[in-house]
Amino acid sequence: MKILRSLLVMFGLTAGWQFLVTLTEVPPYILPGPVVVAEALLTRFSTLLPHAAYTLGEILLGFSLGALLGMISALLLATVKPLQVWLSPILIMTQSLPVFALAPLLVLWLGYGLASKIAMAVLIIYFPVTSAFYDGLQRTPKDWLDLGRVMKASRLAFLWHVRIPFALPSLASGLRVAMVSTPIGVIVGEWVGSSQGLGYLMLHANGRMQIDLLFAALVILMTMALALYQITDLLLKRLLRHFSLEEHKT
Amino acid sequence: MSSLEKAMHRTEAFPPPLIQFRDFSFSYKGQELFDKLDLDLTTGCWNLLLGRSGVGKTSLLKALAGLLPDKNYSGEILFGGKKLAPDQVSWMTQDDLLLPWLSVLENSLLGNRLRAWNRSPSPPIAIQEAEALLWNLGLGRHLDKRPAELSGGMRQRVALARTLLEDRPVVLLDEPFSALDALTRNEMQNLAYEQLMHKTVIMITHDPREALRLGHHIYLLKGSPVQLTRIIPPEEAPPRAGFSAELQSCEDQIIAELTLSGETAK
Repeated sequence: MKILRSLLVMFGLTAGWQFLVTLTEVPPYILPGPVVVAEALLTRFSTLLPHAAYTLGEILLGFSLGALLGMISALLLATVKPLQVWLSPILIMTQSLPVFALAPLLVLWLGYGLASKIAMAVLIIYFPVTSAFYDGLQRTPKDWLDLGRVMKASRLAFLWHVRIPFALPSLASGLRVAMVSTPIGVIVGEWVGSSQGLGYLMLHANGRMQIDLLFAALVILMTMALALYQITDLLLKRLLRHFSLEEHKT
Repeated sequence: MSSLEKAMHRTEAFPPPLIQFRDFSFSYKGQELFDKLDLDLTTGCWNLLLGRSGVGKTSLLKALAGLLPDKNYSGEILFGGKKLAPDQVSWMTQDDLLLPWLSVLENSLLGNRLRAWNRSPSPPIAIQEAEALLWNLGLGRHLDKRPAELSGGMRQRVALARTLLEDRPVVLLDEPFSALDALTRNEMQNLAYEQLMHKTVIMITHDPREALRLGHHIYLLKGSPVQLTRIIPPEEAPPRAGFSAELQSCEDQIIAELTLSGETAK
């Protein structure tokens, strides 16, 4: 039912798009209709595919690295008291810096290849992951902390068996946000300077007035981002169900 | 406890008291809950601390469990003449505190997990021991279930098993049965009484009937700072059942006492 509804919405939007194009007779180099875009998607598929694969790789690598760094930081913050003083300013800095403004610098320092895009993604998702997980780790129920002390739990065992599992719903919200923003970071990185990837292809197509190709790349990007989000969401739900934990209401 | 009451009860032939609060003072958020309290609790039986919510019962229990920061209170808590060590107590609360992702058996053996990486690990609790206890508590068929699949009473039985398996001489009960329905509560009281027969139990409750059902010794906490009144329970051994006239008059007396102190509770 849910799938049917979203299919219906998508169909409606596409039909509206085609209707708009037919009605206004806007030239295809300004706004191509869905039929033209579908054609481009099919005929230029061999061009699109390697660029899409490259962008997908950037997204996956950036997400994994950013999530990993975020989780490690949160664990350090929650367990090593002195680090809190040193790490939190860095954390707030990465949040308040307009990361997009850094993109040209990152490209200058790290080159046109993978590294600058991954750095971009990491910078964008580091804060949401760290703060969500840290927040979860700080919210271990008070009674549990007391019980741990009465039971003579070691700090490490208590962290592993109680605090981390109880923080998983928070971490899951952080990872969801991260999965949504990673593609944005990667594409911005590609716009600023790259020789491969969907962002690069879009910029290139735009310059040559191949707007149908640009839209085809956009469709692929959108599908990819949606699929990645759905997969992440599914895996996180599984994880939480495995721990019999409730989802956070956010 | 007033000096008069102290004098009154010192003369009675009870076994020597072994858990002693001496000059115990504690304030919370600017309110003085205890001022130089002296309280002797008897080992090897059930001590019931009865009072309204907010009177400071839980603080007393937390002090026993070593959960109050030292700077927050003054005075001493002695066990057999020495300072009470935190590893002499186990603790059970109204919330069962079961980990939702562990099975009944794993939850009852939680101590093993939590202490596995200690520098000087204590010998682990034997699985057979846990299984036998869970069978005794009527949970034998549910060993592999998770807490969400159990009723409130069953979950509290798992918590009881975890508390018992810790095998500490002093057991602190923080209103462990008050969230249960009346019938289940009755069952749990009997079960807990049976299982904790020879331990030193210190239980807090706001329910006069529960105190009268289970207590060998009953102390009424009221006022701020807390004044202690000792209630002499009926002769009959706990868990006392039903509505004997004696029990009823005791309950009436307690309720009257607590109602009188109601104005000063907040």
